[in-house]
Amino acid sequence: MLKYNLLQHTWIKTLTTNRWPLLIARAVALGGFVFAILAGIIGTPVGNHNFAIVAVWIAWWAALMLVIVPFLGRSWCAVCPIPMPGEWLQNGAVLGPIQDKNKRKKFRRFPKIFRNIWLQNVAFTLLALFSAVILTRPSVTAWVLLGMILIAAGLSLVYERRAFCRHLCPVGGFIGLYSQLAPVELRVIDTQVCKAHTEKSCYQGSENGFGCPWNIYPGGMISGKSVNTNCGLCMECLRTCDYDNIALNLRAFGADIQPQNKIKLDEAYKAFIMLGSALVYSAVMLGPWGSLKNAAYQVGTLPWFGYAVALLAFTWVLLPVSFYLITQIANRLNPTSQSPRQNFEAYASALLPLGLAAWVAFSFSFVFANISYLWPVLSDPFGWGWNLFQTAGVAWTPIFSSQVPALQVLVLIGGLIWSGNTTQKIAIDRNASRQTWPVMAFIFAVTLLLIWLFVA
Amino acid sequence: MPSRSLYFRDLRILAAGAQSVSGILLAALVMAFAPFPEPFVEPTERTIGVMASSFEFSPAEISVNPGDLVTIELTSADVVHGLYIDGYDMQISADPGQTQTLTFTADKSGTFRLRCSVTCGDLHPFMIGKLHVGSNTLLWRGFGLATLSVFTLLVWMPATFRKRNQDTPDVEI
Repeated sequence: MLKYNLLQHTWIKTLTTNRWPLLIARAVALGGFVFAILAGIIGTPVGNHNFAIVAVWIAWWAALMLVIVPFLGRSWCAVCPIPMPGEWLQNGAVLGPIQDKNKRKKFRRFPKIFRNIWLQNVAFTLLALFSAVILTRPSVTAWVLLGMILIAAGLSLVYERRAFCRHLCPVGGFIGLYSQLAPVELRVIDTQVCKAHTEKSCYQGSENGFGCPWNIYPGGMISGKSVNTNCGLCMECLRTCDYDNIALNLRAFGADIQPQNKIKLDEAYKAFIMLGSALVYSAVMLGPWGSLKNAAYQVGTLPWFGYAVALLAFTWVLLPVSFYLITQIANRLNPTSQSPRQNFEAYASALLPLGLAAWVAFSFSFVFANISYLWPVLSDPFGWGWNLFQTAGVAWTPIFSSQVPALQVLVLIGGLIWSGNTTQKIAIDRNASRQTWPVMAFIFAVTLLLIWLFVA
Repeated sequence: MPSRSLYFRDLRILAAGAQSVSGILLAALVMAFAPFPEPFVEPTERTIGVMASSFEFSPAEISVNPGDLVTIELTSADVVHGLYIDGYDMQISADPGQTQTLTFTADKSGTFRLRCSVTCGDLHPFMIGKLHVGSNTLLWRGFGLATLSVFTLLVWMPATFRKRNQDTPDVEI
């Protein structure tokens, strides 16, 4: 498959291996993050006049879902400020590693039972249950962000490397999953070099850098393997590799979604949680049903419990179970030696493009309608009547309101075709092309439902 | 150097492929842009009362015919609410207990979101209703394109590859 190593360009190599550019980017992100927490706590409680809500849930979300995840994969994780304080405490340093090996502290490994993304699935679901409140109340957003920083820091003091990012971050789970579709990757150039290199400085760390903070062995980042899920693109392995044996490649979209790269059950479940949440959010937040919105918002009331049970049942039970049955039907149509679980996991990876398309389409509607709140908030971040940049009076004006529905349909059709094509590849790989039909029927039905929710 | 027969086989495959792909593309373009048949209904004047309260419009969905002269009477039941029509880019706002009117000609067909345009509470960004003007052609075009995509993936592509394999036996180089 065609790839292009960006590190051929000296300036890109310098930019990625030098610690300062990344540190500056992370410091800016941390500054914005702390400011958002501050604004959420001391600023106006009116969400769309508070920096915390507008910067995080409109501006950051737009950048994340419309640009970063589809095109740059896990790049956000490279600059995310949430693990920074914890990493500094863990490393005992801000910039580079402590040179004296004896002074480096040892930390415990994350419990084996949780070395997957099940906790991330639970964390995302929890956020989803309370999302109507988190997305609209600045103080709740602030406490959630602060809580994430504190939990990340606490885990860093006990467990090695970025345990929070790998196994607990509610956002990192889906970024990782969908980054398999992105056209960027870090991969080993020559695997033989890694096999012969006994020090494994990329994993163990050296005087040049830390061992992989994401707890993966960079020597195993082989082209064609699904590595993007767990690689945070922090570029640390570029610094520690003694042989310049790591490439930062531009590649085809979705290169990780190959029949041989089966996703695990926890990741398959994440695909359903994301697809199901996109459907539920589209109905609740973008639909005309006021009672649904109020049910999602009035936490602790009977309607909210109804909403919570419906969300949990839909994302954790109904969608995965119906898909499991679909894969069973597929196997009846064209039997293979694969177990039911293997079938389920294999075909679940075909849902990733449609899931990402659903979130992009959802974000189009939400972001373009509300992005104009950004200008007043930049001038008056706390809602205190300031006018720092003379933009406080900019009126709310939705943009591209005529074009958004057509864009949403196009994106969903793109997701349908990509998911359908992936399904075919998986079926052909196992010499069972008739298995395509039921899975495609499922993808088709979900697409129609999404189109109906967005433009009907 | 490839043999002459292989060269012609490749050309034939390319030509057949281009012909088939252009057929599918043409079908997609027709589905996306062809005029949609819509029954003509004599335009009329309509006055529609809309009550805005606690993050919802009532009625939540309004249906009119293309060309209708529509007057929306917006009444707010609790706090100040607004009403903005996507696509038409028009808005009004109403104080609690007051009614404001917005008159416009429904000269664009389709389904448009109604949004509250005045910050009215936490769920304000999600206070949404719908205005249907005539048929929702985008919805049907979307369904049509989705169906065409599935047909292409499930029926056309496998059939084309099968036919190609039968028509063009392997040639030794």
